[in-house]
Amino acid sequence: MYQFVYQRPGSLPEAVEQSTQAREGLFLAGGMTLIPTMKLRLTAPSNLIDLTDLAELKGIRQEGNAIIVGATTTHAQVVSTPEVRDLLPALAALAESIGDPQVRNRGTIGGSIANADPAADYPAAVVGLGAIVKTNTRTIAGDDFFTGLFETALDPNELIVAVSFPIPQRAAYMKFPNPASRYAIVGVMVSQGNDGVRVAVTGAGPNVFRVPEMEQALAVNFAPEVLEEITVSADELNEDLHASADYRAHLIKVMAKRAVVAAT
Amino acid sequence: MSVTVSITLNGESVSAAVEPSTLLVELIREHFRLTGTHVGCDTSQCGACVVHVNGCSVKSCTLLAVQVEGADISTIESLAKNGRLHPMQQAFKTHHGLQCGFCTPGVIMSALDLIANNPDPSEMEIRNWLEGNLCRCTGYNNIVRAISAGAQAMRG
Repeated sequence: MYQFVYQRPGSLPEAVEQSTQAREGLFLAGGMTLIPTMKLRLTAPSNLIDLTDLAELKGIRQEGNAIIVGATTTHAQVVSTPEVRDLLPALAALAESIGDPQVRNRGTIGGSIANADPAADYPAAVVGLGAIVKTNTRTIAGDDFFTGLFETALDPNELIVAVSFPIPQRAAYMKFPNPASRYAIVGVMVSQGNDGVRVAVTGAGPNVFRVPEMEQALAVNFAPEVLEEITVSADELNEDLHASADYRAHLIKVMAKRAVVAAT
Repeated sequence: MSVTVSITLNGESVSAAVEPSTLLVELIREHFRLTGTHVGCDTSQCGACVVHVNGCSVKSCTLLAVQVEGADISTIESLAKNGRLHPMQQAFKTHHGLQCGFCTPGVIMSALDLIANNPDPSEMEIRNWLEGNLCRCTGYNNIVRAISAGAQAMRG
């Protein structure tokens, strides 16, 4: 990897200041994507700003009808936190399906959604549960956060502080994983909460997207058979050596039905 | 520009001057000459480089040395005491849990993280946990048996 300046700020304002000063700074959380990307020289930051010591980004807590997950919370911490397991088991199950134990011990929710990998799992949770992303400057609705392939609504030097998940009445995440990497070939989060039914799909398109036809049908009757008649178009879906666009379209319906069964 | 990293490595306080781009596995192998931790794929898939950082198993090829400043690091070399193998190492020997042995240090460090949280894992829990460890001699059945027996020996 190319050389860089390593910085380890002690507070959120200091981290933002260091990023603002840097010629081309990048924030480092768990590094599970960033470090391999740097090793491949696909990215070469001038400054790497390590968020490890930022207390503002840590911890999981319940606030009213929401679970707030700090940006540097690891997948393993999400899996093992009793409040998440009790109140949002779909999120704990999603986190447990990411990568492998060593990746879950380091990888973070903030890093995952900031990276916005089209096959990552957390985007399905952020959109499928109607979460809100809190940054150092504002709050961003989950629906507005992911804007394209590896693209988000974050501004330069803007830092994710936490993700707030409203607790749904029911929810489940089902994915068809790539057997080697455990990334989603297709993953579907289905939830029913105060603002209705959400169906969010990851792995299938350039970024996470909702399926309004499925949401409307499930709002009337939350049962897998209502999805039977809905056709998912393969247009603009991803196509690679793992799965064709048509196969991904098929998997969206299969995973959505399984998620509805699991959530019922 | 080099940076000084101070860690506890297998119970001993040590420090080294490294470039920020130095990987933890390079610090362990090249600076401290503990070559039991291996580099297999160098892309965080194979798990030959698994060590413990503050008690959690991690892939040391995908961590910068500077990130573990102040941390407690344990490698495979920390296990045998006074020439006696750790019960998990002994179980791998007894149950032929290795063929070429290249993946073994990482597999054992990964297994010990599982057993720290789940002292009596089922066969399926062991197999699921080994998602991040590849054995290219394809010796998984004996590896699973060895971990199960090692866990039993550790429970006493």
